[in-house]
Amino acid sequence: MNSAIVSLSGVGVRFGATSVLSDIDLDLAPGEAVGVTGPNGAGKTTLLAVVSTLLTPTHGSVELFGGPVNRRDLPRVRRRIGMSGHDPGLYPELTLLENLTLVERLVGDVRMSAMQVLEVVGLGGAAHRRVSAASNGMQRRTDLARLIMTRPDLILLDEAHAGLDTAARDIIDRLIHRTCEAGGGAIVVSHDRSVLARSLSRIVEVEEGTLT
Amino acid sequence: MTAGAAGFWTQAIAIAKRDLMVETRGGEVLGVVLPFAAVAVFVVPLATDALATRLDQLAYPVFWLVGLLFSMQVALRQTGTESLTQRRTLALLGMDPAARFTGRSLAAAALTTAVLIVIAPLTILFYDPDEIPAVGPSLLAIIGFALGLSMLSTLAGDVTVGLRTRSSLAPLIVAPVSVPLLIGASQTLEALIRDRSTMAPALLLTVTVLSLAVTGVLTAPALEEATT
Repeated sequence: MNSAIVSLSGVGVRFGATSVLSDIDLDLAPGEAVGVTGPNGAGKTTLLAVVSTLLTPTHGSVELFGGPVNRRDLPRVRRRIGMSGHDPGLYPELTLLENLTLVERLVGDVRMSAMQVLEVVGLGGAAHRRVSAASNGMQRRTDLARLIMTRPDLILLDEAHAGLDTAARDIIDRLIHRTCEAGGGAIVVSHDRSVLARSLSRIVEVEEGTLT
Repeated sequence: MTAGAAGFWTQAIAIAKRDLMVETRGGEVLGVVLPFAAVAVFVVPLATDALATRLDQLAYPVFWLVGLLFSMQVALRQTGTESLTQRRTLALLGMDPAARFTGRSLAAAALTTAVLIVIAPLTILFYDPDEIPAVGPSLLAIIGFALGLSMLSTLAGDVTVGLRTRSSLAPLIVAPVSVPLLIGASQTLEALIRDRSTMAPALLLTVTVLSLAVTGVLTAPALEEATT
């Protein structure tokens, strides 16, 4: 039994004739946060998709939370993963509060209520604003609020810092810190190494589909 | 540390509520489809010589024709509104794919039933049929038809999600399988009007609806895997 939160071994992904990732080995220990950097198109987002279980690798093995991912356990394993990227995936017709209330209903047992978590991310006053009328920054903060609410054991952030103000970046840093403190882990992707260096001790680089 | 996901029905009802709220705010399905369905009901009397044509005999065929075409539009449009990111977010929240299928189907069934319930009195008003079936059993047949068509459309929507040909492929999947639903529901109404036994058509409708429910629930995890 592997104690690592994430353990990738010889992972490769091909889309048709194109090799996007090849021979990736990566371990993430409990309490660890690792940064992944690299140029556009290097395979960073694909790597996160593999770790999140949303993409099955063409070859290699993926172990999460100490064991291989069983198809039958997929909803339970996925429930322990929180992912945030450029597109928050909110419902534009609903308000910020309604989007989080939906999460609250789907998850059932959450750390704090939808309204409380909106206050935490500084959006208490905009709770009843429709997503379609909210700025991109507000939408991204709402997405972060979802992660705070659902307290995943593994956080995957894909360019989550991009375009956010200092206060929102601090929310991300606190989220990573608290998750790691509680024995979880985080993988943070950014093409900007300085963003990662600010809060992460270990940074790996993806270049043309391989870890360097 | 991580909390567990909510139960099956809690998740299904949350998804159904979400879909109905999105529809209430956007109004795309009912706002666009309902007026055209109402106009379609009027087309036959306007396009034929009302005195020479026995419009009363056309009432139920027109109801089912308009009902099928526009209900299919409602169900297909309603089930095609989730983006890839939204589906992925739901998956990572531990959403049970079968609960998602159930919730989406319930919401689409509610909208489809609404369309059929609006069309029914309009058809009776403009076509003046000699016999009107009992409201209770007719409503059950209409709800069964709406539920079956909605599950079928949800399945077709999930099978074709992400394909460029979705808008043409999904109706091609729905059309043939909707035939037993249509026969079951229309013949149940016909049997009620003629005072015959509804057993055979009602059974056909029930078996088709149950088969779609079982298919939808069993294939939901594989379809989610393929489309997220």
